[in-house]
Amino acid sequence: MSLLEIENLSLSIAGHPVLRDIDLRIAPGEVLGVVGESGSGKSMTALTVMQLLPELARAKGRVTFDGVDILAAPEEAMCRLRGDDLGMVFQEPMTALNPVKTIGEQVAEGIRWHTGANRPDAEARARAILDRVGLPEAKFPLSRFPHELSGGQRQRVVIAIACALKPKLLIADEPTTALDVVLQAQILDLLRDLVAENRMGLMLISHDLAVVADMADRVSVMRNGAVMESGPTVGVLSEQKHPYTRQLAEASTHVPARARSQEKAEKQEPQPLLSVSGVTRDYPGRRKGLFAKPEPFRAVDNVSFSLAPGHAVALVGRSGCGKSTLARMILALDRPTAGEIRLNGETLGGRSEYELRHARRNMQVVFQDPYGSFNPRHRVERLVAEPLHLLDRKPTAAQRRECVAEALESVGLNAGDMHKYPHEFSGGQRQRISIARAIITRPKLIVADEPVSALDVSIRAQVLDLFADLNQRLDLTYLFITHDLTVARAITDDVMVMHEGRIVESGPTATVLQNPKSEAARALVAAAPDLERAVATRQRATGD
Amino acid sequence: MTPDAPPPSPPPERHFLEMAFANRSFVIGAIITILVAAMALLSFLWTPYDITHLVVADRMKGLSLAHPLGTDHLGRDILSMIMIGARNSIAVAIVAVGIGMGVGVPLGTWAAARGGLIDEILMRFNDLVFAFPALLSAIMITAIFGPGAINAIIAIGIFNVPVFARVARAGALSIWPREYILAARAAGKSKALITIEHILPNIAALLLVQGTIQFALGILAEAGLSYLGLGAQPPMPSWGRMLFEAQTRMMIAPHLAVFPGLAIVITVLGLNLLGDGLRDLLDPRLRRER
Repeated sequence: MSLLEIENLSLSIAGHPVLRDIDLRIAPGEVLGVVGESGSGKSMTALTVMQLLPELARAKGRVTFDGVDILAAPEEAMCRLRGDDLGMVFQEPMTALNPVKTIGEQVAEGIRWHTGANRPDAEARARAILDRVGLPEAKFPLSRFPHELSGGQRQRVVIAIACALKPKLLIADEPTTALDVVLQAQILDLLRDLVAENRMGLMLISHDLAVVADMADRVSVMRNGAVMESGPTVGVLSEQKHPYTRQLAEASTHVPARARSQEKAEKQEPQPLLSVSGVTRDYPGRRKGLFAKPEPFRAVDNVSFSLAPGHAVALVGRSGCGKSTLARMILALDRPTAGEIRLNGETLGGRSEYELRHARRNMQVVFQDPYGSFNPRHRVERLVAEPLHLLDRKPTAAQRRECVAEALESVGLNAGDMHKYPHEFSGGQRQRISIARAIITRPKLIVADEPVSALDVSIRAQVLDLFADLNQRLDLTYLFITHDLTVARAITDDVMVMHEGRIVESGPTATVLQNPKSEAARALVAAAPDLERAVATRQRATGD
Repeated sequence: MTPDAPPPSPPPERHFLEMAFANRSFVIGAIITILVAAMALLSFLWTPYDITHLVVADRMKGLSLAHPLGTDHLGRDILSMIMIGARNSIAVAIVAVGIGMGVGVPLGTWAAARGGLIDEILMRFNDLVFAFPALLSAIMITAIFGPGAINAIIAIGIFNVPVFARVARAGALSIWPREYILAARAAGKSKALITIEHILPNIAALLLVQGTIQFALGILAEAGLSYLGLGAQPPMPSWGRMLFEAQTRMMIAPHLAVFPGLAIVITVLGLNLLGDGLRDLLDPRLRRER
């Protein structure tokens, strides 16, 4: 008998259809992977099971969990189920915990509410489950507050809350999307162990085929609120019968065509475009006493490298390793504590904003979040034209419009789009606008800080193609900052691995990723999910 | 998860008026505020009676058709006095809020943009001004420089400065770390230019809401000062002094106190409702909870 059975589920929110005829089934001890792109209805399906839907939502069909008809269950009955037999883990560990309560209180809260246990008993059980998720007493007493933990540790607390009462079904909605690959691998291992220990059902929602291939027994592929294909993981992902599944798989392993990298490498450029030598950045640390001088925290530690024109280089590392700090210093948005950065032979340190204009014209930036990188109150024309401010001669309104139109067209948008506001565009289109803004001054260097990690796989493939294309057409040099090795592999010539503020390994991308030497690089490569590898492992396991 | 489809809802501007009319406190607040403002404007052109013309024979009359709100101890028409008093209250409050915004917002955004020592100095100075009860210090200022509408305006204005400086700084600090600000800096824009182009439009709503609240407080403060005889001087009528003059005659002619009092209460209430409504309309997070 199935633990969760969803039959013909349709959902509409304020009259808009969101889900159509969803059929899903999870048996005890089974992991069901639900994959699909943004807006495919994955999260709404999960929220329907939890009955945590928005107010105007109307669901039709049948959802049975452990013999209970969920859609007909009164709120009281759902309250008893949620957090007891039904657990949920959310994507964002930063906001899923209450910042003013200790982790012990938050784990014990559910235990006390559902079992009526007294405080000491509940705390003992909370302690046990925190030990289980890898937060031992010695380092993580119950009295810790969420802000004292890192992202991965917080996600462990969230899992502890969800699993404290040994739920029959755990719903994990993109549980590792906000984490770097090494933490992702650890969290996935933990979830896998918990499933095996308690014969718990797990609905794992992810946009990442490789993660699902690695974890799930069965997969359902969703698109536009409907299930496209369902079946055992190996069958669905190795045969890729459904065209959409194939499209997803191709997009997630997509490598843009880059004709020029070879020829470029042979031509020895005399002068590097960017050279970074001995750069260090300290931040003031936490004050230990009233008069004690705080020990500085070293975010970037004596980093040196140089970048040849026309090259694409990836800077990879785990979150918090100092990648973004380094990028900001290269962009002259932050000053190094020590060391020197030169662009085209021109040093950036100790210059006024006015003197930096020339250098700034030659380097631009593309940020990760296509939603946060635009002032929502300006139109695209004004947003894209912003760097034109750096030109010595101010362009006339007509010239400006022409530049913007040209930039928009070269990133695959229409010139007519310049009169719209950013909220009228999708995530992928916004990232194109962001690139248009970066290339409008014809810069030589583009620093891209996780430019595709907030995008869906198919959109990501398109944006990577665009980067590759612009690299050739406009003779751009890229510094890609990413924790995603597939991005590095797809688009860069060289890779630098950063760990705790230092560059621990660098070399041609293929060489470093095939045969990592440093421990940090090895950990990154081992933890990176890989679709083909995961399917192959699974095939071997089921073949036996 | 990032929804890739653009949000289906049309741009917010189109719905703004519709939502505004559906928001009860905004509508009531706006109506009261418009009425009070209209009354003040009308008083420039026409009042039922000339208030410089004393008719002692008609003193302390009750409500009648000739004098809808009665007359005071000198036989002046109370309705006419309230109308002209509104002018005074509104002028004082507008200029005081203007001083507060004009000085406080640049200070607050400057502190947010510079950070460090300048931020610290500005904000501690702010705390210093805040530490004095506003009305008490206003009394001090008017007591030193002499009573009068202008000094009342300055006194109330000074105590609006730290309020706006704080609100502007807090708002600006939450905008500075956004990526579009970083992008603007990468585009070589100076902090001042970024503040004007990006920060101010994004904190305008916050300031507008604070403005209506300070406006209401300004009217209260003006009434308080003129009650103590430190605001507008006779013969210019003001609501606060009307209350003061009515005080000793409460037993014989309560309407002398009731109507100016009501004028203050209704105006402040209207402005507060307007501020509440604006906040709900401009802050999308609160919108759903209505």
